[in-house]
Amino acid sequence: MQNILKNSLKKGLVTKNLSFNKDEITVLGKELKSAIIKKFGRSFHIREVDTGSCGACESEIIAITNPIYDIQRFGIDFVASPRHADALLITGPVSKNMLLALKKTYDAMPTPKVVITLGYCALNGGIFKDSYYIEGGVNNILPVALHIPGCPPTPHQIIKELLSFITYSKQ
Amino acid sequence: MNYMDIVKKINHVNIAEMHENEIYIEVKKEAFKEACTILHKDLNSQVLMMFAEDARKESHDFKLYCVFLSAALKKWFLIKTSIPSDIRKFDALSKQIHSASAFEREINESFGLEAEGAVDLRRLNLHDEVWPKGHYPLLKDFQNPSGSTEKSEYLFTKIQGEGIFEIPVGPVHAGIIGPGHFRFSVAGEPIINLEERLGFTHRGIEKLFEGKTVKEALALSECISGETAFAYSLAFCMAIEKIFGILVSSQHKILRAIFLELERMYNHVADIGGIALDVGFSFPANYAAIIKENILSVNNLLTNSRYLKGINKIGGVSKELDDRDKKMLIDFLVSQEKDFSNLKDMLLENASFMDRVETTGILRKKTAKDLGVTGVAARASGLPIDLRNIFSEVYKDINFKVITEQKGDVLARLNVRIGEFMESLNLIRRFIGKVETAGSPSLNPEPKKGVALGFCEAWRGTLIFWIKTDGHGIIERCKIVDPSVHNWEGLTFAVIGNIVPDFPVCNKSFNLSYPGNDL
Repeated sequence: MQNILKNSLKKGLVTKNLSFNKDEITVLGKELKSAIIKKFGRSFHIREVDTGSCGACESEIIAITNPIYDIQRFGIDFVASPRHADALLITGPVSKNMLLALKKTYDAMPTPKVVITLGYCALNGGIFKDSYYIEGGVNNILPVALHIPGCPPTPHQIIKELLSFITYSKQ
Repeated sequence: MNYMDIVKKINHVNIAEMHENEIYIEVKKEAFKEACTILHKDLNSQVLMMFAEDARKESHDFKLYCVFLSAALKKWFLIKTSIPSDIRKFDALSKQIHSASAFEREINESFGLEAEGAVDLRRLNLHDEVWPKGHYPLLKDFQNPSGSTEKSEYLFTKIQGEGIFEIPVGPVHAGIIGPGHFRFSVAGEPIINLEERLGFTHRGIEKLFEGKTVKEALALSECISGETAFAYSLAFCMAIEKIFGILVSSQHKILRAIFLELERMYNHVADIGGIALDVGFSFPANYAAIIKENILSVNNLLTNSRYLKGINKIGGVSKELDDRDKKMLIDFLVSQEKDFSNLKDMLLENASFMDRVETTGILRKKTAKDLGVTGVAARASGLPIDLRNIFSEVYKDINFKVITEQKGDVLARLNVRIGEFMESLNLIRRFIGKVETAGSPSLNPEPKKGVALGFCEAWRGTLIFWIKTDGHGIIERCKIVDPSVHNWEGLTFAVIGNIVPDFPVCNKSFNLSYPGNDL
């Protein structure tokens, strides 16, 4: 306990000690927060599904929840069940084995719901395009509202794309 | 001990030593099983890799390879045999050598070559519910199935008895993590059996490699398992370098070792945080997340890639460390060492945390050995296996030590990670002292026909590539074995007798790869 208190005080607010573009993140975040309050009530909850990604996209999605990027402070969070989600965030080229699970996850979500894809694989299969075992892009399966490009996109990019989407979408 | 003493016992057709440490022993199909059993016993080695190759165009047969490693002799042994294309069967090894079982299943589903007498021939990656019968993707004349609809259902092991019930979990899990299906059989609270069904991230990687140029294949190798991108491209490059006969300078080997250790550091600290998170200890978990983010940022500063992609080339790395980089890295390591020791104290000095991790999820040494478990999990169960120690090269005169623990519980795996993080940090320091101007790697290597193994000790364990190229340097066959292939089964034994709520922390202490296993 003593250790935790000591380290907590010593560490301080890491979000402020960002070496790159800290202002941009804070500004982005503030806009995002007000947009979320207007459009989704209080918060925007995301369910993430990996449909055959290499894991780098997951690592960056986890990074946006770390204390440095801390996306929760703006009202965006990740939930454990599709029943609690406003958005489905999909990575990977949709392997044949994941097709059914992906559809079921989408069906389990309450409306209104949106689908967001992340990473080149989820757009059109990416580097795995010619494989015998992928569906090649989420687009062919579910209505996609936003794509966040990159291999993998950086945490900064992910936050930025989410902001402009929520701020400017008409839903 | 000379390896010829062992090889003499084997009824062989031909022996060839290639690339200094790969010994190919060709045997008749009838002698295959016996030869493998001899190596398994005499070398004290599990089956590290077993795979087939469609050679019907060249020699009207299939080739079958089984790979062993002798840590004492520092050599790889590959038993090779031929399976006629009109028989398509071979004697199974799995009754004598359990570690061959997963490979037999794989060969059966992707080539249609049946291991006669195998303990298990159910499909692994091509799920029965989505992939029709009789279509084998790794055959050279494979075409996408069309019209055929004959599918079936996967049969789980049934555990029956009074009061026993099943808990199915996945493929979509609660966290931000890869997909896999776990089926627990539970009596009251304790788990009495866990069956894993993986393959959900199968993308047909091995088939995708075929027909690619070396440059294209190198890019693909970085996208197989995202947080192991550097180790994958390193093992791939090593195989190609051996085939093309390219000598990598020791400066480039040192640079590669530095990046490999950086990859190990960010992953180990992420797992340490993950173990804390999975017992609900959130402050240290976030503390670890900050260290991971810092390392990723430094990776980005050094190489323009947070995951160290795009710097491994055939013959070396494209990124050199200048004096500014070196100084930055040294200062960075000092600050991370301090943070890391705070993290360590917070965890190990907390009684309720220790209560959760001590004696939880024990993987016994004997089990680990029989299953061929590798990497962190093996070292935590008292098996000092580490390729950095066997094929040491740049690690040789740098005072590298293998971190081991004996108890095999979650705490032991945590302690191995803590020890290895510190070891990597110190290794990088010592390597930096040896960095000079490396010069750029040879850019246009001349393509050659050949076969070779590429391998390295990735942060999860032993990672192996086997590659065959044709005369133009085009990949003809690529077999990959991620450490997770062996370790996933280790997890099923470690959780037995533990309560279901401890499964997440057991799982995290192994932290195995879905995409690397499923390919």
